[in-house]
Amino acid sequence: MSAVDEAAGPKTPGSKTPGSKTPGSKAAESENGRAARREAAGRGRRARAAMEADTGLVHRSWWTPYLFLAPGLVMVCLFSIWPFANTVILSFTDARILRGGTFVGFANYARAFADPGFWVAAGNSVLYLVVVVPCLVFLPLALAVLVQTKIPGIGIFRSAFYTPVIASAVVVGLIWQWVLRSDGLVNTVFLKLSIVSEPIPFLTDSTMLLVSAMIVTVWKGLGYYMVFYLAALGNVPASLHEAAAIDGAGTVRRFFSITVPQVKPMMLLVGTLSAISALRVFTEIYILGGESGGPGGGARTLPFLIRQVGLGFAGETGYASALSILLFLLTLVFSLLGRRLSKGDET
Amino acid sequence: MSAPSPPGGREPRRSRPGRGRRWTGLAGRYAALLLMLVVMLGPIVWQFLTSIRGRTENVYDGMLPSQPTLDNYVRVAESFPLLQYAGNTLVVAALAVSSNTLFAAMGGYALSRAAWKGRKVVFTLLVATLMFPFESVMISMFLTVREMGLVDTLIGVWLPGAVSVLNVMIMRSAFLAVPREVEEAAVLDGANEWTRFARVFLPSAKGALAVVCLTSFMGAWDDFLWPLLVLTDSDNYTLQLGLKTLAGATTVNDQRLIAAGAMAALIPMVLLFLALQRFFFKGVGEGAVKT
Repeated sequence: MSAVDEAAGPKTPGSKTPGSKTPGSKAAESENGRAARREAAGRGRRARAAMEADTGLVHRSWWTPYLFLAPGLVMVCLFSIWPFANTVILSFTDARILRGGTFVGFANYARAFADPGFWVAAGNSVLYLVVVVPCLVFLPLALAVLVQTKIPGIGIFRSAFYTPVIASAVVVGLIWQWVLRSDGLVNTVFLKLSIVSEPIPFLTDSTMLLVSAMIVTVWKGLGYYMVFYLAALGNVPASLHEAAAIDGAGTVRRFFSITVPQVKPMMLLVGTLSAISALRVFTEIYILGGESGGPGGGARTLPFLIRQVGLGFAGETGYASALSILLFLLTLVFSLLGRRLSKGDET
Repeated sequence: MSAPSPPGGREPRRSRPGRGRRWTGLAGRYAALLLMLVVMLGPIVWQFLTSIRGRTENVYDGMLPSQPTLDNYVRVAESFPLLQYAGNTLVVAALAVSSNTLFAAMGGYALSRAAWKGRKVVFTLLVATLMFPFESVMISMFLTVREMGLVDTLIGVWLPGAVSVLNVMIMRSAFLAVPREVEEAAVLDGANEWTRFARVFLPSAKGALAVVCLTSFMGAWDDFLWPLLVLTDSDNYTLQLGLKTLAGATTVNDQRLIAAGAMAALIPMVLLFLALQRFFFKGVGEGAVKT
């Protein structure tokens, strides 16, 4: 730091620097003719803090930070805060896509709770979460442990495991469609080996379609969360493992009694993140099962339903907004749950 | 199944039988790795092999194509405007990368350095917006974009993602790491706020900038749901929408062509990934953990 200060020092004109404070630094004292700064250096930390608040690195005028933040704030207001407020408002109206609505109270919510289609979609979303989250909490951890050690060629494996993350949801959907179709790889091989007599309806049966989409989500998420766990594993002190090994703990034992407790905060984070993204699933089902979301819409998730209800010429924006709010509340529950769990863990 | 051995590859000293176990452990590890390799890359490789299969051979004639060819890539580009779709995607991606790097850096700068009245409020507000899942505001977002007359335009595809809050947070944590002395030196030099931002802070956050570039490029390249809502005219389609159309087109109905299209969308990303690996991994960690 002093190198930088000294380099800067000589060039600086003596009197009129706006932020002449660098208090306490050696370089500051080497510069003469700066009574204010020398005083500051002498006065200790409290005075120094006060100086900084006064003349320190504050912005020239109160609006400067807003100027820097303006583009971001405008965008956030326009495409995040306003849409959210608007969704809340619309959810209490009977608005349609081509006309505004009138206030209808909780009618849209009442309609949702009486709508079997809503319960199917909400049930699918929650089922998705319940199945996918444990897979994405534990499997990437196992994968991270597997690729953590530096053995020859491990870099290739790490990159390979990350490849599905880079692929777009559409590409991944198409790739798996070609594996799971009735004339796809799995069914062809199974038929040839006479494991099955008829193709398994991976993509044409609602439940199977949902399961297939879950497989795709887990497959795509493995590498993503593996990187999270690699970061967490890097922070586990090696001495813990050494001590346990000397005490005679085997690899399995060490995994459960050392690794798992050490990466528990990361497991909670991964659990929360994967829960929220499980509730948001759309593209996998759309690509694998088509626009209707499985036969009779039986594999629709909440985002799927929101899009179908809310858009198009007959789009019921009011009702779709109520569904959106319900989706939001659902994600809120799970993120608060995650936060609660990790708070409890810290104490 | 296998626990991590301590980093640095130094296993605690063991007697001879222990060494034998270590070798079997290593073999087991490689076996598990190879199994996972098949699971993770198998479907992709299968799609790739399909994409280079000759026109006359059966898709299931053995694992490897007997008449490998790139003909399918040519045919899909000729019969389907995938190149145009890729062009549209690149327009959106270029806009997204420029706006995100510049505006996220500016925002992150204002949030990271000197304290100012209201900083905490603004910061909390921004973090709070991360709680709204896109899917729960997309209908209203669509209405807003329609109000602006941007439905069915590439600008409409780009605009809502022009500055992502997550990117602002990435830039903020990068700027927080810049030593105070550097900034002070610049102040002594008489550099004004904008100069300090552009000449001192931006160059010192190159890594984070690369991450923002990369994630916003990938976001624009991979996004599907929002373009699906906004775009109606197929002339404006992005690559992902085009791929979906290609897969659904009854006129195509040739898996070799669909596979070629999917691979054409995937391969540029894979190359980008291989070239910039370190930034990819950095981005994942920073974006998620530090905010």
